Amino acid sequence: MSTVARKKSLIWDYLTTVDHKKIAILYLIAGGLFFLVGGLEALFIRIQLAKPNNDFLVGGLYNEVLTMHGTTMIFLAAMPLVFAMMNAVVPIQIGARDVAFPFLNALGFWLFFFGGVFLNCSWFLGGAPDAGWTSYASLSLESPGHGIDFYVLGLQISGIGTLIGGINFLVTIINMRAPGMTYMRMPMFTWATFVTSALILFAFPPLTVGLVLMMMDRLFGGNFFNAAAGGNTIIWEHLFWIFGHPEVYILVLPAFGIFSEIFATFSRKRLFGYSSMVFATVLIGFLGFMVWAHHMFTTGLGPIANAIFAVATMAIAVPTGIKIFNWLFTMWGGSIKFTTPMMYAVAFIPSFVMGGVTGVMNAAAAADYQYHDSYFVVAHFHYVIVGGVVFALLAGAHYWWPKMFGKMLNETLGKITFWLFFIGFHLTFFIQHFLGLMGMPRRIFTYLPGQGLETGNFISTVGAFFMAAATIILLINVVITSVKGEKVSADPWGDGRTLEWAVASPPPEYNFAQTPLVRGLDALWIEKMEGKKGLTPAEPLGDIHMPNSSILPFVISLGLFIAAFGFMYHAKYSWSLFVGIGGLLITFICMFLRSVVDDHGFHIHKEEVLETEKGVKA
Amino acid sequence: MKKWLLNWRLFSLFSVMALLLAGCGKPFLSALQPAGEVADMQYSLMLLSTAIMVLVIVVVTIIFIYVVIRFRRRKGEENKIPKQVEGSHKLEIIWTVIPILLLIILAVPTVSATFKLSDVKPMNKEKRDKNTVVVNVRANLYWWEFEYPDYGIITSQDLVVPTDERVYFNLKSSDVKHSFWIPAVGGKLDTNVENNNQFWLEFDQKAADKAKGVFYGKCAELCGPSHALMDFKVKPLPRKEFDQWVEKMKNAKPAATDAVAKEGEEIFNKSCIGCHAVTPADKRPEQARTAPNLANFGDRERIAGILKHDEENLKKWLKDPDSVKPGNKMTGTYGKLTDAQIDALTKYLMSLKVE
Amino acid sequence: MHVEEKLTAETFPASPEKATLEGKNKFLGFWLFLGGETVLFASLFATYLALRDKTAGGPSADELFKMPLVFVATMLLLTSSLTSVYAIYHMKNFDFKKMQLWFGITLLLGAGFLGLEIYEFNEYVHEGHVFTKSAFASAFYTLVGTHGGHVAFGLLWISTLMIRNAKRGLNLYNAPKFYVASLYWHFIDVVWVFIFTVVYLMGMVG
Repeated sequence: MSTVARKKSLIWDYLTTVDHKKIAILYLIAGGLFFLVGGLEALFIRIQLAKPNNDFLVGGLYNEVLTMHGTTMIFLAAMPLVFAMMNAVVPIQIGARDVAFPFLNALGFWLFFFGGVFLNCSWFLGGAPDAGWTSYASLSLESPGHGIDFYVLGLQISGIGTLIGGINFLVTIINMRAPGMTYMRMPMFTWATFVTSALILFAFPPLTVGLVLMMMDRLFGGNFFNAAAGGNTIIWEHLFWIFGHPEVYILVLPAFGIFSEIFATFSRKRLFGYSSMVFATVLIGFLGFMVWAHHMFTTGLGPIANAIFAVATMAIAVPTGIKIFNWLFTMWGGSIKFTTPMMYAVAFIPSFVMGGVTGVMNAAAAADYQYHDSYFVVAHFHYVIVGGVVFALLAGAHYWWPKMFGKMLNETLGKITFWLFFIGFHLTFFIQHFLGLMGMPRRIFTYLPGQGLETGNFISTVGAFFMAAATIILLINVVITSVKGEKVSADPWGDGRTLEWAVASPPPEYNFAQTPLVRGLDALWIEKMEGKKGLTPAEPLGDIHMPNSSILPFVISLGLFIAAFGFMYHAKYSWSLFVGIGGLLITFICMFLRSVVDDHGFHIHKEEVLETEKGVKA
Repeated sequence: MKKWLLNWRLFSLFSVMALLLAGCGKPFLSALQPAGEVADMQYSLMLLSTAIMVLVIVVVTIIFIYVVIRFRRRKGEENKIPKQVEGSHKLEIIWTVIPILLLIILAVPTVSATFKLSDVKPMNKEKRDKNTVVVNVRANLYWWEFEYPDYGIITSQDLVVPTDERVYFNLKSSDVKHSFWIPAVGGKLDTNVENNNQFWLEFDQKAADKAKGVFYGKCAELCGPSHALMDFKVKPLPRKEFDQWVEKMKNAKPAATDAVAKEGEEIFNKSCIGCHAVTPADKRPEQARTAPNLANFGDRERIAGILKHDEENLKKWLKDPDSVKPGNKMTGTYGKLTDAQIDALTKYLMSLKVE
Repeated sequence: MHVEEKLTAETFPASPEKATLEGKNKFLGFWLFLGGETVLFASLFATYLALRDKTAGGPSADELFKMPLVFVATMLLLTSSLTSVYAIYHMKNFDFKKMQLWFGITLLLGAGFLGLEIYEFNEYVHEGHVFTKSAFASAFYTLVGTHGGHVAFGLLWISTLMIRNAKRGLNLYNAPKFYVASLYWHFIDVVWVFIFTVVYLMGMVG
């Protein structure tokens, strides 16, 4: 069976794969592409705002670009790139051979992918959504054309994919840990993935409900948000932010996890205050659900609600502060090596502290009446999401690149990328705090001369080009590395501490020939310090059970993609409704097949495993 | 002694920051140059939170710089294995407790200010003092209506208010959600489609003088293609002048004198009056008031909220509104006008004055 | 133990749904999924509560709802939950035939419930309570309809399982499938208890 699998073409292999390492690569490529699209949109925004009364991108088109920039970056770039890291690393970090549900893992990816493609089809089919990534109900109901329908349907599809991914990682981490890998021995990134997945599980359903309600209103004559028929648009704001605030932590907790790994590795020191780090992560996740209304301070919820949510929001600063100091003291007394990933990690601390403290400023409700919906807020969340999440994704990509692809990214180019990006980032966003306080509302396509906003906006635009240059150099680095890069060993950084650095780069499809026995936090480091070459096995060498690959996840997602088109145009063409139903039928038939056709997987025989392992050592 | 030192340091930090920030932005627009009680309250909260946050940043930065320089892996240390420290309860308690204390220092004034800013009891209809000024603000795609229910007058685009007293606002929207924001005078509040929001602002006379008598207002919630152009202006007047203005508004009637303006009035009455009223006392229900009231159009600060107030710009606006404000609701509601007609209309509109 | 191994009543484990790693994963993953579903329904309930009085001139809850019909539907669904408990009891005792019998009864009761719901919606539509009438109507049909959709999916799912495994009997491959299907059915039942209380009882009283 396994020999048959190897004869398939590369494309077919990736279309049908259920291997978490290949799915990680799919997430990385797809997320990376959407990141470039979102970045290009950001660049357009900054060009338009470079000078007052500019006419590069005006009115409705500007709104489309700004909406798609936000939506793409959050849902189609940051989320999948986070999932790429999780898929590449977490199963190996806990000593597992795969995730709990390999089939669902593939399904999660393809749902995200088709959702994202659907959303971007809007550009070619009459215009993209234009009501902001928050898509507040009164404006999004007013919006003409199908832009918002693309948003509503595309995000539903990709949202289901994310939900599936979240459940998958929860079960994987609870059930699939290697012997000896207790909860309090799990690497910090695994912990972060665990809490993040729990957040996904509880945060995405409210978004799905909100999107369904909006779909009902826009496509099927519902009245949820139609004030004339008794509807209430504030419901959308609540549902969106009950999802939207945890979403910030869904993105930033894995970032914290990535940095925790990098700080420990390149300081050659165990993470300082590991248990308080775990505690802080769980606490942030918990508090993340209690603070959504701080996005609605100016909605008019009244002073009692505003005061409660203000204080709750401030409370989040405490666990976050604990983390910052723990990272600093991880480096304290260590032996710091400034590799590219470590440079991102080090730069992350001051950058993220800036984003964190402006977050506390925003929490002060009465003062937030000034900050809200101004460029101050734009600056704040870019400091958090770029200074936290994007830095982490870049750091993680450099850090685990050799693990994923077996080749090391060029360090010189990596450092150039870092400096350009770092400088560009602060140049772009620092000044925006002041623009906001000086009276510049967010989401405006232009401003008039003579209001004191010219200089700041120009500086900001210059910074954006630095980041663009950094991205181009990163791409060049990727190309050069894949053409010229040299094969690396299992632990190319030399200071690896966790299990992923104990298996070959890239790892064989079964990850571990023998499931390892974990004897403490930083399992590989412990073995290294005792002078051992490899891990202590927890089982004798034997046949390894692997899941079958399948095309069904692809087809299920394709079915929903088709269905979404059908339902979107049903008011225009009556036959379109049947396309919608047909698409759903494709999906259901695939689910039916999955249910009735037994899938027992296959075994890689002991001899084959031995052969592969020999190849690795040689 | 130590406490005094800390106070002194905080004070100097405060004044340095205040100096720095005051250089930021224009007095008619910037939240950093507060022009009234609300903005003052918010500004001091900003300063307090910034001070605390700067303190945090300074502490982190000092440790950060020390660590990054001191613990670099130097030449000859390639094989050095540092001591694997698990943590320190003492340190961890310190950096849990101190932030909590700092946050309490910030939380108390925050909560108190939040309640103060939402105190709208004096606008209660039954018990309202006859001197209390209440303005009903209605936001529309992309213009603002200001109704003074106690005086029976309506104006739009230019908000006129008395200085040095609290003015109360009822906020709502007639189409999509907008947000009412006069940065220099105070924070924003949304105009929702399904309910009234209420708050108050106070306009400082001295600051108004510094801003040359006009504050800039903005729509702060994305509302469509011309969101960026949905500006309004605020003209704060001393109470006496405000009362005079109200009296003039109550009695205002259009009075076209010269022939061209008369011709313009005819065109207006044929094509425009269905939506635009030209008297401040407009008895129609708000659903019927689908366009700005033009009673004091000649006194306005801007054409369409953004263009300089002159005849040339008015002609440009009348000729092709969409080129000025994409997505506005006036485009296409009247037939094509000849240049002569536009000239006449312009004359007439510019003659609508109360001052 | 291999998943397809032919088992007897003696060798069959006490908790067949958790005897294999796949089963354990399925068991836990499904519980988590139900956690997400709970949040989904909670959001729908919250929306309904916010909009239940917004009838915009259309018929209101106390004019529409009729106790006898809803009561019978509730009884049908509650009983079906009980019968699925019996089915799982027999599964654990490796009595495939009795399990199928009780699942069959569960299906009949569920179908009865669904039939009554369709009849009920049809009545409402004739009284002018259509989806597009008001915010209340939209919220009502979305909440109750989502539940109804879950019932319909459950019926299809359980019958598929029954037919697919009719000939081969129980093993450790399909036992977890039956188990999670019954979990799902209980979940639907619990949601209905809340709908009955929040939508119908509160609708008729207040």
